[in-house]
Amino acid sequence: MIPLTYARATTLDEALDAAHDPGTAVLAGGTELLNWLRLGITDADRVVDISRVPGLDRIEPLPGGGLRIGTLVRLNDVAAHPSVARDWPVLRMAIHKSASAQLRNLATIGANLLQKTRCAYFRSEEPVPCNRRVPGSGCAAREGHDDRHALFGWTDDCIATQPSDPAVALAALDAHVVTRTATGGRRIAVTEFHVLPADGVDRDTVLEPGELVEAIELDAPAPCSAYVKVRERESYEYAIVSAAVALRLRDDGVIDSARIALGSVAMRPWRLAEAERRVVGLAPDDDAVTSAIEAALAQARPVAGSAYKLAIARGAARRALMTAAGVRP
Amino acid sequence: MSDLKFTDRIDLRLRINDIDTHLEAIDARTSLLDLLREHVGLTGAKKGCNHGECGACTVLLDGRRVNGCLVLAAAVDGREVVTVEGLSDGEQLHPVQRAFIDCDAFQCGFCTPGQVISAVACIAEGHTTDEHEIREWMSGNICRCSSYPQIVEAVQAAAASENERIPS
Amino acid sequence: MTGAALYAADHVAEGMLYGVLVGAPVPAGRVRGIDADDALAVPGVTYVLTHAEMPKLGVPPVPPASSARVPMLDDEIHYEGEPIAVVLAQSLEAAEYAASLVRPDIESAPFAAHPSGERAGAVIPRESGYLFDAPDAERGDVEGAVAGAQARHTGTYVSPSRHHNPMETSATLAEWRDDTLTLVDATQWSYGVRVVMCALFDLAPEQVRVRSPHTGGAFGCKGTVWPHQIIAAVAARVSGRPVRIALSRAQMYSIIPYQPQMVQTVTLAAADSGRLAAIEHESVNVTSVDDDFVEYATQASRTTYAAPAIRVSQRVQRANINLGTAMRAPVEGAGLWALGSAMNELAAQLRIDPIDLRLANYADVHPFTGQPWSSKKLRECYEQGARAFGWRRRPNEPERDGPWVVGQGMADCAMGTYRFASSAHVRLLADGRAVVQSGTQDIGTGIVTIMTQVACDVLGLKPDQVRCEIGDTELPEAGPTFGSSSTMGVGAAVMNAAKDVLAKLRERSGQELREAPGADALAVAMRAVGAQELVGAGSFTPQDSEYALHTFGAIFVEVGFDPDLGILRLRRAVGRYSVGRIVNPRTARAQIVGGIVWGWGKATMEASRHEERLGRWLSKNLAGVALPVNADIPSDIDVGFIDEVDEHAGPIGGKGIGEIAATGVDAAVADAVFHATGRRIRELPITPDKLV
Repeated sequence: MIPLTYARATTLDEALDAAHDPGTAVLAGGTELLNWLRLGITDADRVVDISRVPGLDRIEPLPGGGLRIGTLVRLNDVAAHPSVARDWPVLRMAIHKSASAQLRNLATIGANLLQKTRCAYFRSEEPVPCNRRVPGSGCAAREGHDDRHALFGWTDDCIATQPSDPAVALAALDAHVVTRTATGGRRIAVTEFHVLPADGVDRDTVLEPGELVEAIELDAPAPCSAYVKVRERESYEYAIVSAAVALRLRDDGVIDSARIALGSVAMRPWRLAEAERRVVGLAPDDDAVTSAIEAALAQARPVAGSAYKLAIARGAARRALMTAAGVRP
Repeated sequence: MSDLKFTDRIDLRLRINDIDTHLEAIDARTSLLDLLREHVGLTGAKKGCNHGECGACTVLLDGRRVNGCLVLAAAVDGREVVTVEGLSDGEQLHPVQRAFIDCDAFQCGFCTPGQVISAVACIAEGHTTDEHEIREWMSGNICRCSSYPQIVEAVQAAAASENERIPS
Repeated sequence: MTGAALYAADHVAEGMLYGVLVGAPVPAGRVRGIDADDALAVPGVTYVLTHAEMPKLGVPPVPPASSARVPMLDDEIHYEGEPIAVVLAQSLEAAEYAASLVRPDIESAPFAAHPSGERAGAVIPRESGYLFDAPDAERGDVEGAVAGAQARHTGTYVSPSRHHNPMETSATLAEWRDDTLTLVDATQWSYGVRVVMCALFDLAPEQVRVRSPHTGGAFGCKGTVWPHQIIAAVAARVSGRPVRIALSRAQMYSIIPYQPQMVQTVTLAAADSGRLAAIEHESVNVTSVDDDFVEYATQASRTTYAAPAIRVSQRVQRANINLGTAMRAPVEGAGLWALGSAMNELAAQLRIDPIDLRLANYADVHPFTGQPWSSKKLRECYEQGARAFGWRRRPNEPERDGPWVVGQGMADCAMGTYRFASSAHVRLLADGRAVVQSGTQDIGTGIVTIMTQVACDVLGLKPDQVRCEIGDTELPEAGPTFGSSSTMGVGAAVMNAAKDVLAKLRERSGQELREAPGADALAVAMRAVGAQELVGAGSFTPQDSEYALHTFGAIFVEVGFDPDLGILRLRRAVGRYSVGRIVNPRTARAQIVGGIVWGWGKATMEASRHEERLGRWLSKNLAGVALPVNADIPSDIDVGFIDEVDEHAGPIGGKGIGEIAATGVDAAVADAVFHATGRRIRELPITPDKLV
C-alpha cells in the first residue's frame, strides 16, 4: 500500500470539501477501500474518514410510507430495522445474502452501491489488461475466463458485472440515491445510478467528483418482495446471478404490477421491463410467467462463457417472483 | 482545498480488552489487525487473507464483530476492541471457549480465535434459533480443517449455557 | 482458544526485519537487472536482496526440498510470481510498499501454458526424487481381456489444479547466531527443513534448529521446503538481522504448491456378471518445467479391485508454472475420482447395484502384487454403511423435496498407508507426572492428544498429568506429518518410550510396578530411585512387511439439486471406514468429517484457475475460489469405524485416518448427481454451469 495521509471529517461540509480532490478517497465502512488501496485499484494517497459525520447514520420514515436510510447506516442495521423487515423484505434478504455478518457490520448502505466489479482480471494482484484498471490496456476477460461475466450491456472494452446485492433489491424497489455536493445535490434513480460500459469504463457510477451519497430513499412499501441469490456455495459468496422481485397482487392473487431486476448480469442491476409488462394479470405460478421472463431474456447477449447464466437467470427471476407472492416452489 | 489536517502518523487511544491503550505515531496505512498483531502484541487475531475473505481476524469493535483486516486503525481512535485474548476472566475460560473445547470444535486452531469471537457475537445477536441459523451466521469464518458441525455444536452449547457472559 | 497458541507469523525476534518477496511479472524470461533505488529510499527499508547478491548455496535433496532449483540463484524466470527479490524493512507497511517499488528489467520469453483439461504434451516423467514408482506397470493381458469382454466402459475424468488453501499462510522467522540458524516455521516436517538448511549452508545438524510449535493447517503444501523458507534464511544471514517472511494469500497461489490438474482415462472390461477382466488407467498431471512431480493417481487401479489384468501409466505435462505437490488424499484419493466414477458408470450400464459390482470384484489380496492385506474389513463398511444410509432402498427415480431433486450415490474410499521412522522421550518426574517429547509437529490432526493418550495408557496417568512438547528439532527426531502417518510413527515411539521408562523405573527402584501404575505408584517408585527425573526413549522404524498396508472405506452421499437454479447442496452423508484401531474417537471423527467436507469442496467448488494466455493464476485469493463454508455442511454426517486392530501396521494397531475420508466423495457425488439429473459429469468441480 502506498503511503497515506488520513483525516477525519466531523461535518458533511468538511467531507465534501475534501472529497472534491481526486487524490482523496472517502472512507466509510472500509470493506472495499482497504482492498482497493492494497491492490492499487485506487491511487488515492489521502483518506478522508466520513464514518463519524453526524446525521448520516439514521433511518427515518418519509411521508407517504417511504423510508430514508442515511448513507452510513451499516448493512446489518438496515436489515434489522423493523420497517425494512416488514415493508421491504427484498432489501433485508439481499443484505443478509450480501456478505458475512462481520462484513455487514462494517459495510454501509450508501457505499455498498459503489462496490466495484468482482471481475478477476480487474481484481488482479498484479496488472493484467483491464480497461478499468489501466485505461486502454484492453480487456483480458473478453478472450479469457468469462463465465462470471455479463449478459447485458457490455462492450468489447468491458464485460464485467456489478456485484452489489442491495443494489439489485433497490433497483426493483425503484429506490433513489440522494446525493450532496458543495453546492447542492440531486436525487438519482438506483436504476440510473451505475454507468454501463457503452457510456465509458472510466467510472462506475454517475457520481461527479465531490459528490457524496447522503441517503437512500425508498418509496411505498413493497411487502410482496423477495430476493434470490444463486451461487455455488450457500453463503459468503458473490452471485452467479441474483434476482429481486417486488409485486403488487390483486385480491384474487393475480399480479397487478411487477418489478423484476437481475443482478450480476450487467454493470448495473438489470430490470426486465418486458417481463414486468407481460406478467401483469397472470397468477404467480402460471407457466406463462416463465415465458414472460424468457421473452425478456431473449434480448440478452451473453459472452462466450456466460450463456449458462441465462437459464439460471430465468430460474432465479421465476423463483423470486413466486417467493414474493408467497407461493412455495 | 480542504481545511482538514491530513497526517501520515496518528496517535491513538483505544480500549483494548478492557485496558486503555495509547499508541503513538501509527502509520496511517496500518489496519486494526496489523495494529493488534505488530504494535500491541496481541496475535490472537490471525491474518488468513487480509482481504475480508476468511474471517480469521474477527474482533469485536464496540461490541460488534468485524474483520480487523478491513478496518483502518486510524479510524477506530476512541473505540473499544475485544480480541480473543480478552474473553477469558483470568484462568476462567469464557463459556464459548469452554464449549469449543468440549465440542472438539477446532483442529489446527488457526481460524479458532476468529470463530470464537464470531460465536460470541452470534450468540449476543441472538442468531442461534436453530442449526440452520447458526450455520448461516457463522459462515463468515472459514475453517479449512472443516470442523463445521462441531463449531455449530459449540455455539449451541454455549448459547444454551445459563452462565453465558456477553461482553458489552 | 485464548489466542495464546503461537504460529510462525506470531513470533518476533529482537531487531527483526519484515521480509516481503517480489515476484516475477512474467511466466518465462530473464531478469536483466533490478532497480531497487526507489525501494531503498523508503524510510525503514534496510536491504533489497536480488540474485546478484545471493551467496553460494549447496544443493539440497528433493524431497525434503521441493525443487532442485534453489530460488534466486540465477537470472532466469520459470514461472509468474517466482521470487526475484526480497525487501527487508523495519515495518510491514514499509516492506510491502517498497516491494511494489522494486523495478525489474525483464526480458520475456515464450512460455508453456498450463494445459486446460486435455492430454496434449504429455511425456514420460524423468528421473527425480518425485519418481517414487515406475511410470508404467502392467500385469496380465489387458489387450486380450478388453477385446474379449462382454461389457466395456471408457471414460476420461478431469480434476482441476486446486490449491490447498490452509487458513495460515506459510511463514518463517529466520535468525542466525554466529554459525547457528534457528527457524520458526509453518511446516509439516521440521526435520526436513533442517536437512535442507544443512545442505544449503553446509551446516551440521546441530547448527540448525527448526521450531514449529503450531502449524495452521497444511494439507500437504507445507510438506517440503519452498522458496520463502530458503530466502528467509539467506536474508537473515545477509542482513545480519532476524527476518520474518509471511506470505500473502496471493503468494500462496504463485509460490506455494497445489494439487495439479489431472486428466485420467479409465477403461474397464467386464463380464455381464460384473466381474472385471481388465482395468486400464492412464493419468497425466501438470508439472513445472524444473521438476516432474508425479501424482500417482493410477495407484488406485492397482490396489482397489480384483482384476486379473491391470495396466497403468503416468505422464506429466510441463508448463511454466510453480510446482505442484501432494494434497490431502493424493495417490488413491486422486485416482478414485476416475476409477470410482468409472465403476459407477459400469454398474449403471450393467444394471448392477454399485455395491454389488464392488463385491463382485472384492480384492481379498492386493490385486497387483498378490500380497495379503495387513487387515481389510471393507465388506463390513459396505454392509454397515448401506444399512445406516438406507442404500438398498434407493429409489430408481429420484425423489423431489420442494424445489430439490434428491440424488444418492456411493463410492469406495481407499488410501495407501505411509509410515515414517519416529522417536520420542517420556520424562517421568518425581511426582509421577510425565513429559512426552517428540519433534513432530501439530498441523491440526490431534497428535498431541494421541501422544498424551498413548502415554496415559502405558503409565496409567490422567491426561492432565501428562504434558507434551513437540515442534522442535531439539526434541527426539520424528518423521513428517503427512501421509496420515503420525499415529503409527509418533504414537508407537511414545508407547515404546513410556514402556522404556517404566522398565527403567522397575529396575532402578527395585519395585514391582503393575501395568499402568498411575501417578501415585510412579511417585513412590521415583522416591525409591531418588531421582528428579527418569527418561525413557522409544522409537518406531517401519519394517518391510509381507503384508500390503491400506485403509478402506465406503462413502454414501445424498445431494439436493435445484434444477431451476442449477445449484447442488449436500443433504447428508454416511461413511464407514476400515482403518485399524481408533485411538481417539473424538479426534478421529473430526478428521473424518473434515475429510468428507474436503471431498465435498473438491466435488462441487474448488478449482484454481489458470490464465493460459497470461501464464498466471487468476484469482489468487479466497473470493475467487470457493471453499465450503459452515452453511454448506449439514449436521447429518454419520461416520463410523469397523472394530479392528491391525497389528501389522505397528504396535498401536491403528492406521492413518487423516486422508481417507477425503477420497471417494467426488465419485459418490458425481453418481448422486447422475441419479438426480441423469447426467454424468466427468470434469470437476460439478458447478452450476455444468448442470443447467
